[in-house]
Amino acid sequence: MKSKDVASTHIAVEQIVRTQWGRVLAALIAQFRDFDLAEDALQDALLAALSSWPKNGLPNSPAAWLLTTAKRRAIDRLRRLKTASDKQGELQAIADMAQDCEHTDDDMGDNDSGIADERLRLMFTCCHPALPESSKVALTLKSVTGMTTAEIARAFLVSEETMAQRIVRAKRKIKAANIPYAVPSEDNLEERLHSVLSVIYLIYNEGYSATHGEELIRKDLCTEAMRLTEVLLELMPNEREVLGLLSLLLLHTSRHDARCSINGKLITLEQQDRTLWDRELIKRGVSLLINTLTNSSCKGKVGAYQIQAAISAAHAAAATYEQTNWREISMLYSKLYEYQPTPVVMLNGAVALSFAHGAEAGLAAIKQLEDEGSLTRYQPFYAAKADMLCRTGRVDEAIVYYRQAVELSKNATERKYLSQKLDRLSESLERDRK
Amino acid sequence: MQYMLLIYAADDAGPKPGTPEFEQVMKGYYEFTSEVQNAGAFVAGQPLQGTNTASTVRVRNGKSEITDGPFAETREVLGGYYLIDVDNLDDALEWAAKIPTSGYGSIEVRPIMELPS
Repeated sequence: MKSKDVASTHIAVEQIVRTQWGRVLAALIAQFRDFDLAEDALQDALLAALSSWPKNGLPNSPAAWLLTTAKRRAIDRLRRLKTASDKQGELQAIADMAQDCEHTDDDMGDNDSGIADERLRLMFTCCHPALPESSKVALTLKSVTGMTTAEIARAFLVSEETMAQRIVRAKRKIKAANIPYAVPSEDNLEERLHSVLSVIYLIYNEGYSATHGEELIRKDLCTEAMRLTEVLLELMPNEREVLGLLSLLLLHTSRHDARCSINGKLITLEQQDRTLWDRELIKRGVSLLINTLTNSSCKGKVGAYQIQAAISAAHAAAATYEQTNWREISMLYSKLYEYQPTPVVMLNGAVALSFAHGAEAGLAAIKQLEDEGSLTRYQPFYAAKADMLCRTGRVDEAIVYYRQAVELSKNATERKYLSQKLDRLSESLERDRK
Repeated sequence: MQYMLLIYAADDAGPKPGTPEFEQVMKGYYEFTSEVQNAGAFVAGQPLQGTNTASTVRVRNGKSEITDGPFAETREVLGGYYLIDVDNLDDALEWAAKIPTSGYGSIEVRPIMELPS
């Protein structure tokens, strides 16, 4: 075995894991109804590939080879397990399964057209509303994208142990409560699809506005979220909210380069160099959205992701910040509030309103939020109110709110940005007093 | 697979006995029970008397300690249960959402642990 072959096999295996993991794992879970068994068997198959492929060359369809090998390994594992517990009936069932496996898969990886795509079932199971939020995210990344537990832990800045626990907890509940491995029925589809989309959006957001740590954008998470959306779209083409989410993510991603300066500073929409926006991504995002809203063959209703994409598209259409169509954006936010009646949406709507109809109108709109005390720990609330106060000339009040915004910020670059604003404002106040 | 649907509600939640709304809830329960039975999913189900009739037993150092009232003082109390036999959690959740009390209380859905025979 030449070392070059070994190295190239490693690269090939890595590549296959990145692109085929979810597909193969989903097929295994569909057959064996057991996440752990499927995963262990697939790991076994990967090890087998590392020793077999350098000798025998890459199979035509590495994915089919892995699936067949993994199935055999899974059956071996089951056999060992059941022989120990000595249950005749179950042993017979395994023998039947093994025979099935021989008949259907004796090609050992000639083509992958035979792998039924079960990823949709996998995604709906991983994002089942009966699982805790943090587990859904972890399990989806682990199962569908093939990220390792260590990689996911790093991306979310928690220890590997914590992340492993979240995954174990989710798998345990799937098994114990018998969460079905199925695409939900038509009656529940809308609600359950929403659960899947929100998990993907959560992954993207954690990447886009990393809440913790030094790095402002964690591109690996953004990339995985985009990939997940594209897989979902492949499986559910024409579904309006899936199209809406992909459009939204494309538009967000178009601003990555403009959003973060070379030395890692956050650049707000107002200050971004719009020539750095990726026009190609904007074009794709906008045309996807227009198609979604106008094409009658699309299924599903207008929803929060399409409206958010429309807001993002409105920003993308403005050549300068001053030319932003705030009236349109303000209207879109009121529409969004119908679907997502959250304090954060109300806050963003108030900011748009303040630009469309003046800072006083914005301040009036956020008064309710402050009275309710629903965003008392939310940094953007203080930054937004500070800005509105500043624009109405109440600089000393603005300083109080900026100070609170700085205190609440958990992201280093964001804090730096807010501190600078605060310093400039304090200086100008000093000058005025002198 | 069997699931226990535990019906919780605050004592003062929901319509009061004697009101037409209460009759409506009772009718809802009657209909729900027949629906579960007709679907072949019914294993057992009963309402419980109020928590003011509850007694709690703890055995400590071989001695029974008996106290008045439920184990924990919480706002929502267990008011009844259904034991159903269905394919999976989604089916169980669907039944749970049809229990009249789900409209003002909450239904906890727990899989039954199967002991090795």
